[in-house]
Amino acid sequence: MTPQEYSTSEIMTIAASRLLKNGAVCFVGIGVPSTAANLARLTHAPDIVLIYESGPIGAKPAVLPLSIGDGNLAETADTVVSTPEIFRYWLQGGRVDVGFLGAAQIDRFANINTTVIGDYRKPSTRLPGAGGAPEIASCAGEVVLVLKQSARAFVKKLDFVTSVGHLDGGDARKRLRLPGKGPVAVVTDLCLMEPDPASKELTVTQLHPGITREEVVRATGWEIRFAAELRETATPTRVEIETLRDLERRTNLAHGTVTEAGTGST
Amino acid sequence: MATITTLREAMASLLHDGDLVAMEGFTHLIPFAAGHEVIRQGRKNLTLVRMTPDVIYDQLIGAGCAKKLIFSWGGNPGVGSLHRLRDAVEHDWPTALEIQEHGHGDLSNAYVAGASKLPFAVLRAYAGSDLPKFNDKIKFIECPFTGETLAAVPSIQPDLTVIHAQKADRKGNVLLWGILGVQKEAVLAAKRAIVTVEEIVDDLKAWPNACILPSWTVSAVCCVPGGAAPSYAHGYYERDNRFYQAWDTIARKRDSFQNWIKSHILDTENFDEFCRVLKASTAQGVR
Repeated sequence: MTPQEYSTSEIMTIAASRLLKNGAVCFVGIGVPSTAANLARLTHAPDIVLIYESGPIGAKPAVLPLSIGDGNLAETADTVVSTPEIFRYWLQGGRVDVGFLGAAQIDRFANINTTVIGDYRKPSTRLPGAGGAPEIASCAGEVVLVLKQSARAFVKKLDFVTSVGHLDGGDARKRLRLPGKGPVAVVTDLCLMEPDPASKELTVTQLHPGITREEVVRATGWEIRFAAELRETATPTRVEIETLRDLERRTNLAHGTVTEAGTGST
Repeated sequence: MATITTLREAMASLLHDGDLVAMEGFTHLIPFAAGHEVIRQGRKNLTLVRMTPDVIYDQLIGAGCAKKLIFSWGGNPGVGSLHRLRDAVEHDWPTALEIQEHGHGDLSNAYVAGASKLPFAVLRAYAGSDLPKFNDKIKFIECPFTGETLAAVPSIQPDLTVIHAQKADRKGNVLLWGILGVQKEAVLAAKRAIVTVEEIVDDLKAWPNACILPSWTVSAVCCVPGGAAPSYAHGYYERDNRFYQAWDTIARKRDSFQNWIKSHILDTENFDEFCRVLKASTAQGVR
């Protein structure tokens, strides 16, 4: 496929879905993480276990949930437990391989902000807040972050550290005795970044097809580093793009966000 | 033993100005009808606690019922911001709102501690996060056995918890299923509890291990069919996603919000009449 045949949002979702291994236990946030996790389940990872913080374990929704507690998550799950149990036994209990999250702001060490833009007490924008992210960022075996890239979102200094990535880099997580490895990848609509093995600073390791280094530099609020050997993201396969579009079309119909005649967001 | 009564009577006798109130339901079984009744009765200075203060608390905050909000995620699920919450936090409208912010794991643990009548909950979280800098209720303690640093948060023990459930029997035993959130913990943590239900039946026909709140853990049971709408009640009705989208427009401006609250809640006698007004306004496309 050529870059004209798919959107930058689509390649972001597809690139994120590829990072999820079959059989992995994945704690899923709502929005793009949930789309990507379900795309993985419908393509290369049929045995992936999706956990949502509302309580479903092993959810297999036919359409994407609009909220984190939609009924189809409960109906298709292997079991549904209470919210305290999800956080106590399953996440803190070390049974989650991958935490899959979005964010409003991110810094060079993949710490994230979902709380406020501006001053906490007099914010210019009040965001929804932490949700389950601080605990997921601490306790999941590893974390994958997915968000659109812009200089407003990829900032030198976060207005608020809601959930930790690699703090100030190096072995900071180890020093704080955080159980999980923290972020292992950040997927955007332009590229894929991975923390440098030693410094933990985010480094672009993969550009999506047709995207230039300059575009990534412009969309990052700090001096972004590039790996010596920069790879190109594999172009979406027909199966990936058709499965994603089909999923979104079904979702839009089910949630009434388009009429029968509509084609959805694709 | 729970009294089976009307929502109006239950709220009038069990909720007082200044109370700490939890209305729980994790996107499922949200007690909307009960929230409306709080607005209708003009309760003030409430401290509202809820993991996910979505549209129900946007309505209560915009209507001026709250002085403080304890929460862990405040948004309109699948849609975006809560405009009334934001207006209160950003511009003190209609009144200043103190906020106390947590994470979900923390707040759900705080309810468990409340139900256990323990003073605090303990969890492994917040190392490196800014949340403890702005919430002095999040503290760090040393484990007396391993020396590990852990986070501690005070338990939540509401004066009143309000939930919605599918069924009660005639004695007031309550049955709920599907996504359970923290409802059971929130009821057991509270001094008083109101449960609105879809129906009251002779026999719950519940299976062993079902989520049951025995009648003697609940103060009042009120039969309010549809009382969780626009959220959903598993086995009864689906989520009204269009309402959540429409709410974004209604709540964006102060005057359109106030008009909606007046015509739909303040000028209606009860939830049945609210449903009639909502149906009529929806048919006209104005909501």
